[in-house]
Amino acid sequence: MALRKIVFQYAYRRSPDQSALTPVHHPVIIIGAGPVGLALAVDLAQRQVPVVLLDDADRIGEGSRAICFAKKTLEVFDRLGCADPMLEKGVRWSVGRVFQGDSELYQFDLLPEGGHKMPAFINLQQYYVEKHLVDRADQLPLIDIRWRNRLISIVQHDDHAAITVETPDGPYELTTDWLVACDGARSPSRSMLDLDFTGEVFEDQFLIADVKMTADFPVERWFWFEPPFHSGQSALLHKQPDDIWRIDLQLGRDANAEKERRPEQVIPRIRRMLGHENFELEWVSIYKFQCRRLDKFIHNRVIFAGDSAHQVSPFGARGANSGVQDAENLGWKLALVIKGQARQELIASYALERSEAADENIRNSTRSTDFLAPHSQAEKRMRNAVLSLARHTGFAKRMVNSGRLSVASAYHESPLSTVDSEIWEAGLSPGQPIADCPLFDPSGKAVFLGDCLGSDFTLLHGPAIDPPELLGLSNLRIGQGGFEDVQNLVALRYALPDHGGYLIRPDGHVAARFKTLTTIALQLALRRASGE
Amino acid sequence: MEKNIVLTESRFQDPDAAFRLIIEAHRDLDEDESQNLNAKLVLILANHIGDIDVLKAAVELAKK
Repeated sequence: MALRKIVFQYAYRRSPDQSALTPVHHPVIIIGAGPVGLALAVDLAQRQVPVVLLDDADRIGEGSRAICFAKKTLEVFDRLGCADPMLEKGVRWSVGRVFQGDSELYQFDLLPEGGHKMPAFINLQQYYVEKHLVDRADQLPLIDIRWRNRLISIVQHDDHAAITVETPDGPYELTTDWLVACDGARSPSRSMLDLDFTGEVFEDQFLIADVKMTADFPVERWFWFEPPFHSGQSALLHKQPDDIWRIDLQLGRDANAEKERRPEQVIPRIRRMLGHENFELEWVSIYKFQCRRLDKFIHNRVIFAGDSAHQVSPFGARGANSGVQDAENLGWKLALVIKGQARQELIASYALERSEAADENIRNSTRSTDFLAPHSQAEKRMRNAVLSLARHTGFAKRMVNSGRLSVASAYHESPLSTVDSEIWEAGLSPGQPIADCPLFDPSGKAVFLGDCLGSDFTLLHGPAIDPPELLGLSNLRIGQGGFEDVQNLVALRYALPDHGGYLIRPDGHVAARFKTLTTIALQLALRRASGE
Repeated sequence: MEKNIVLTESRFQDPDAAFRLIIEAHRDLDEDESQNLNAKLVLILANHIGDIDVLKAAVELAKK
């Protein structure tokens, strides 16, 4: 089918490793140049760790795929030095509307509070995100991206992995301390290790299409239950840059996927929805919801991240967003271990923390799927009772589930967190992601809290203490002699007392907090957060 | 779970009136309308209780 496509082309180049007599060793090899693998590569390189990134293709742009990038992900991209072009290109939105039939049930706003540098969400085609990440990676000499390098075998050893890679010049071998598989939902790495997903595959099929058209619809997420143009099913309409619109249509259990993806079948469906024919099809796909994960994300020297480790249904934008958060969680840990600054056990905390996040994403995704596609007539009746009550009651509006959109996960069970030893009525508990706030720096310049964190651990502290220098921490003093809490949001969001402090991890999660900071307590918390 | 988390002793001063109120709500409804009414009532009352443990105990009791 002749669909219009934007493609960014890259070139295969022969690596000197391919001519080496014995396999060349690299501390980290990443498989897959998608959003997850690229984010991890940039993060590691920014932490002075050299990275080899292998991808079996030599281009980006096979369909839009992920389109919603959440605040936490944008904060990560900002730290990685590539958020600006994404924000400039992306479509900002925070309002969603939910309809039943042809009337509106309610609307919601995802970022009702101000004082954050990043918007709640931007919509941007995955290929643009990948392109900006590749552009950033190309600025970093420590990253070696090898296009058309396809992984064909993995041999695990106690202290390293040996791999074979196929190229246009034939195969070659490499060894690595850590192989990170970011090779997607159909991960070849996962198959090579003979690992299976466990979880649920849902029967309902969905048509996902990107169409190009100029239209006056507002920049909002519109979701219909039982729309008049698509009987008995659900539908979604959402804007992307370049006048591209994402459309999702529920097709039910018995739809014939082969037939449904043909333009002569797709176009009339979309015409009924839009009421006109002035659009071009960009990309079409048919999928079933899957809510599945690997039992273990780390298998000796192979680490799984993103869709290769867990898969969710798309309505919560939890796929790419959770994958980038996997990368962020793993990056600083791998860097510390590779540089000999932390013990290997630190990496095990990646699997624990991101498993908790994956379970949360799967739970949310499963609940959304059950709401969108009830399993029986009785379930559908309950679902429709919620929709009917939602028109005039607040409680039922909150039960309507057209996808619970991705927010940063908190690590409640983290072994890296120090449990509070004081009573906190407010603020951010250990394991939670930090909240951004506007500040004035000591010279009076407007900045955001997220921009003022160090690349490693940071101590955010009140004005009444002089933090110990010996720990080598970045300091962020709020109040007299430091940064000014211009809108009083640090006070509100952190409840930071004058003698208090928050120990913030390199990935922007709270490791520990103290109402009265002492050197010894801070030292212990720092050691715990570093995996000791 | 605590014992008797869902109250099962009689709570209405006039239980006959309570039962009659529910019955009358269903009078003249067809099967479909009646089931829809029940579905809404369950949701409204569940929210009014607002306690997931009570709801869980009530579901268990109803399934006995």
